[in-house]
Amino acid sequence: MIPINYYIILSAVLFTIGTLGVLTRRNALIIFMSVELMLNAANLAFVAFARAREIATGQPLFDGQIFVFFVIAVAAAEVAVGLALIVEIFKSKRSIDVDQMSSMKG
Amino acid sequence: MLFSEATPSGFFFLAPWLVFAPVIGLLINIIFGGRFSEKVIGTVASLASGASFIVSVLLAWSLAAGGGHAVSVPFAEWMHIGSLELDWTFRVDSLSTTMMLVVSGVGTLIHIYAIGYMHEDVRFKNDLGRFRRFFVFLNLFIAAMMILVSGDSYLMLFVGWEGVGLCSFLLIGFWYEMDTLGRPSWANSNAGNKAFITNRVGDFGFLIAGFIMFWAFGSFQFDEVFEAARTVAPGIIVAITLFMLIGVAGKSAQIPLYVWLPDAMAGPTPVSALIHAATMVTAGVYLVTRSAELYMLVPQAQYIVAMTGAVTALFAATIAVGQYDIKKVLAYSTISQLGFMVAAVGMGAFVAGMFHLVTHAFFKALLFLSAGSVILGLERGHHHLAHAQHDDHGKGRKGKKDSHHEDEVFDPGDMRNMGGLRKTMPVTFWLYMIGTLALAGIFPFAGFWSKDEILADALKEGFTGVYWLLSIAAFFTAFYMGRQIWMVFFGEARHEAAAHAEESPRVMTVPLMVLAFLSVVGGALNLPGMHTLTLWLEHTIEVHAGEFVMSVAVISTLLALAAILLSWFIYGRDPLKAGQPDPLKKPLGFLFTGMENKWFVDEGYFAIVIGPFKRISQFLADVIDWRFWHDFVHDTVIAGAYNWFSNIALNRYADQQGIDAFANWLGSATKSLSATMRRVQNGFVRSYALSVLLGVVLIVGYLILK
Amino acid sequence: MEFLLQPLTLLTFFPLVGVLVLLFIPSDNKNALRWTALGASLVTFGISLWVLAQFNASNVDLQLVARYDWITVAGWNIQYFLGLDGLSILLVLLTAFLAPISILSTWTAVEERVKDFMLFFLLLEVGMMGVFLAQDLFLFYIFWEFTLVPMYFLIGIWGGPRRIYAAVKFFLYTMAGSILMLLAILWLGIYGQTFSVPDLIAQANVPANIQWWLFLAFAAAFAIKVPMWPLHSWLPDAHVEAPTAGSVILAGVLLKMGTYGFVRFNLPLFPEASVRAAPWIALLATIGILYGAMVSYAQKDVKKLVAYSSVSHLGFVMLGLFAMNEQGVAGAILQMINHGLSTGALFLLVGMIYEQTHTREMKVYGGLWKITPVFGSIMLIVSLSSMGLPGLNGFVGEFTILLGAFGSKSIGTNVYAILSALGVIMAAVYILYMFQKMFLGPQGEIVDEVKKHGHGIRDLNLRELVTIVPILIFIFWIGLYPKPFFDLMAPAVAHLVGMLPIP
Repeated sequence: MIPINYYIILSAVLFTIGTLGVLTRRNALIIFMSVELMLNAANLAFVAFARAREIATGQPLFDGQIFVFFVIAVAAAEVAVGLALIVEIFKSKRSIDVDQMSSMKG
Repeated sequence: MLFSEATPSGFFFLAPWLVFAPVIGLLINIIFGGRFSEKVIGTVASLASGASFIVSVLLAWSLAAGGGHAVSVPFAEWMHIGSLELDWTFRVDSLSTTMMLVVSGVGTLIHIYAIGYMHEDVRFKNDLGRFRRFFVFLNLFIAAMMILVSGDSYLMLFVGWEGVGLCSFLLIGFWYEMDTLGRPSWANSNAGNKAFITNRVGDFGFLIAGFIMFWAFGSFQFDEVFEAARTVAPGIIVAITLFMLIGVAGKSAQIPLYVWLPDAMAGPTPVSALIHAATMVTAGVYLVTRSAELYMLVPQAQYIVAMTGAVTALFAATIAVGQYDIKKVLAYSTISQLGFMVAAVGMGAFVAGMFHLVTHAFFKALLFLSAGSVILGLERGHHHLAHAQHDDHGKGRKGKKDSHHEDEVFDPGDMRNMGGLRKTMPVTFWLYMIGTLALAGIFPFAGFWSKDEILADALKEGFTGVYWLLSIAAFFTAFYMGRQIWMVFFGEARHEAAAHAEESPRVMTVPLMVLAFLSVVGGALNLPGMHTLTLWLEHTIEVHAGEFVMSVAVISTLLALAAILLSWFIYGRDPLKAGQPDPLKKPLGFLFTGMENKWFVDEGYFAIVIGPFKRISQFLADVIDWRFWHDFVHDTVIAGAYNWFSNIALNRYADQQGIDAFANWLGSATKSLSATMRRVQNGFVRSYALSVLLGVVLIVGYLILK
Repeated sequence: MEFLLQPLTLLTFFPLVGVLVLLFIPSDNKNALRWTALGASLVTFGISLWVLAQFNASNVDLQLVARYDWITVAGWNIQYFLGLDGLSILLVLLTAFLAPISILSTWTAVEERVKDFMLFFLLLEVGMMGVFLAQDLFLFYIFWEFTLVPMYFLIGIWGGPRRIYAAVKFFLYTMAGSILMLLAILWLGIYGQTFSVPDLIAQANVPANIQWWLFLAFAAAFAIKVPMWPLHSWLPDAHVEAPTAGSVILAGVLLKMGTYGFVRFNLPLFPEASVRAAPWIALLATIGILYGAMVSYAQKDVKKLVAYSSVSHLGFVMLGLFAMNEQGVAGAILQMINHGLSTGALFLLVGMIYEQTHTREMKVYGGLWKITPVFGSIMLIVSLSSMGLPGLNGFVGEFTILLGAFGSKSIGTNVYAILSALGVIMAAVYILYMFQKMFLGPQGEIVDEVKKHGHGIRDLNLRELVTIVPILIFIFWIGLYPKPFFDLMAPAVAHLVGMLPIP
């Protein structure tokens, strides 16, 4: 039985790595992967807490797991849309460097 | 039910065939008629009408065998709503069978006659296809008339009443694209419309009478109405009977609604004979007789009916004197004779009225059909003449009607074109003479007996005014008929067509001979002392045998003879020459102008009713409805006000100077604010992500440290 | 599935299946589009007959009810509630009957944007069915307003030269009245805690003074639709500009929505106010009858003549409804059907001749009966039916209405009935005038005019006969044997009349 703290720490580490990746990298694909990392960090925390709660109450509870499925599904959709966008952007700009995508500059 | 509930023996179950025989006839002609020859079409139609006659005979026989008690034959439910219960039931009693016999009997004869007449008519008018249509309409008429006379309630009577009106409209406007002379014109169709609309005015009265009846008595059924009528206030009965009189005036062409009947002569002659002389126009007389029990309750209404009839009889007779068209004379004569009948039934002399109805059906049909024979004879003469002329000139033009005389329009119905036809059309002449003598009331012809009974009853019932009016009308009757005989058959031909006139074929003259026979012996129906018709009708309505008053008979016969003598003095002694004006024109002056122009009643109606109606309609439609209500109120005021409000008031003032000004200020303020804020938007994704992270950190920090 | 297979749901929404199929047919395949629309409307008609077979006339309650909660939020209780009773069955059948006929009439008349036309037409059918079947005020209102949209486009796209004007006027005029009705509906729904019509009738707790205002608000919407004099100004525009099928449906069904509204909502929901209003409505109806008849007579455009005749005919219907006795109300309901048939047929016939001549000016016609005997005879029958000749349908309706109005206790005087009976004379005047100017008399100039451009005027072809003959059958059937039709509605009418507090 692994204590819950371990999971939380792992989750936090993963989340931080993801956050740093998003903030520091310029390649859109890498940023995308970092976002996935953050999502999965959250998933890990969900599952961990759900398991802990199940043990604490002694009842089968699946709220956390269900949430994870939602997140995975949404992530998949997001990837589909995001990748399509990146492909379109690449087609027009021949680059996926996010710093070049500043047409929204006010 | 007041009459016997026991299932009556006899042929009563056949009653629906009165209506359905002609309906089947017309359906056969509609569906298969296209492939039939004229003979077959005519035969089918005549057989259908004849079947109706046979049913009538069987019904009458069954009725007589059963002691004359009225029998009702239920056929179908029609309208049942709440307290309204209307069924289509046939009523067989002595009154309705009398009418059935007249309608189908005379009707069948006229069907047969029409085979010959229409054969030539469609050829003169150059549209062979219309032969079939004519017989379809004629059968439809018989069916509608049978519904009228056989109905067991006022409503079924009304159904037939409107139905015959429709047939009248269709047949008057039969040659709808021309006038009576065959020229392209609206005249015939106008005559049809006039008949229908005038009749509708009468129907309006009938309808209102029906409404009062229903709410006062709760029924339209004859026996139930009569039963209930004895218990209600006389005021209601007066209202019913007088509204009904409007209907009678419309259908039976009485003052003030008679104006359609003379125009109705636009229809082919068999139509004039059948519908506008013998049967349909007598429906009003039948209605009053049928409602005898109502009229007997209110003497004041009876008086009005009698006076209406008497005044009409005289008024129309005066007009007949001034007419030149052979059919127009007969038309006014019909109005006048209908006046006799209405006066009779108004006085309560129902048997006399019905008697005159029957005899009049015989001799007036005879007269009209003979007139038709005369007209066709002249047409033939004219046709023959035209061909001869063309052959002489060697042009060999096709015998199309309108190419005969480009400059002159020949009117075969105008008595001024006739003269001397006694020699060229001898059969027709003798038939016409019989009809004339019957109409003039010369002993022993049918008209003598029936008219005499009316006059005698008038004196007996104390209607002295009516008696004198009718006697003078009878004098005029004999006079205009005498005038007609002299002008048409005596003297010299005033037109070449008359000189070359040809006699009509057997198919036309044989039915005429039957009618002539009936006109001679028709008086036997109700001879004084025998009272056959009285005894027969007694089963249905409360009647009393009329007495034969020798003095009345002598006076009326002397009057008629004097009138004929007078007419000989004026027209016979010194026959009219071609182009010569009527000899009465000079001595009578403006009186004759009045007679000639029908006392300007049509013009009066136009000035008082039709013209104003047209003008008001036009005014309502153009000015009130369109220019005022549609264009001004809706488009100008409502739509315009809305436009003004939205464009000027809201758009210019409220919007541009109020709201817009505020919005503009808001816009510029936002703009200056955003100018400072825009620097945040550097367009780099990572800086946005960083700000999100900072935000999250701030919120989470706040939540933790709270 | 249970929801979809309810007979009334199916009846209302089946045309949508046709719409769905139409969407997948290419726009240039016109005949496929036409056949699809015709098929959908024919199936709908079949469903209506199936509904008729299940209908029990002796039951005065709503039948074949489909009822589900729909919007239940914040104390509002709006339901999806369809039902059928003797007051509406005939109108439902009429709607289902006229739809395929109208579609047939467009076969050659509509050549442009056939797909859109058929789409709008089927949508319109959904709306009309919904109006006659909805028993929830809110649902009713939605269907009521929904019918405006397709009709707006039918007039606005396929109409005559002034179509935009006519379409906008039609839309705005009707909307103006509907808004008042919406307010009244909301008031009733909040006050009564339900929008269900039978529940509101059962509660019968609206105070008399408020009843009066609610009555007026409902009456405003319905009177415009009928249209009652003097709110008829949109009608001639809409009729003249609408394409033939639009005119047929407009005269045949849409106008009946107004009179139906009176009988379904005004009379039972506000009985006291209705009785109070009866003499006034009768007055307006009588004016409408006479005014419509006279204005009709003065028209030169045949379509306008028929349009104004509707004002006159629907005056009879209103008079009968507010006579508030069995004869009057039953006659009025039957007259709604009769008017749908006769005036619908008149518009069809006028459309058929217009297709050949491209003019509606009566003065250029004349003598057509000779050239087109079948067409002339059918026109004559329909005209006679329209002017109320016994033996044809118009008489049965007009007679019972006038009979009812003459003895009506709610109207209180028989003057209106007598004056309205004068309208029967005037009907003969304008109808015969029309028939004469077009079909009788010498040959009109249009005959040669048409001949110059081709074959000349022809008689009815098979498709046109198929279009018109079903109507003729009913014209004769109702005229000769109206019993089945009266039987369908008599118990419901008796029930309705029994509810009214007639003095």
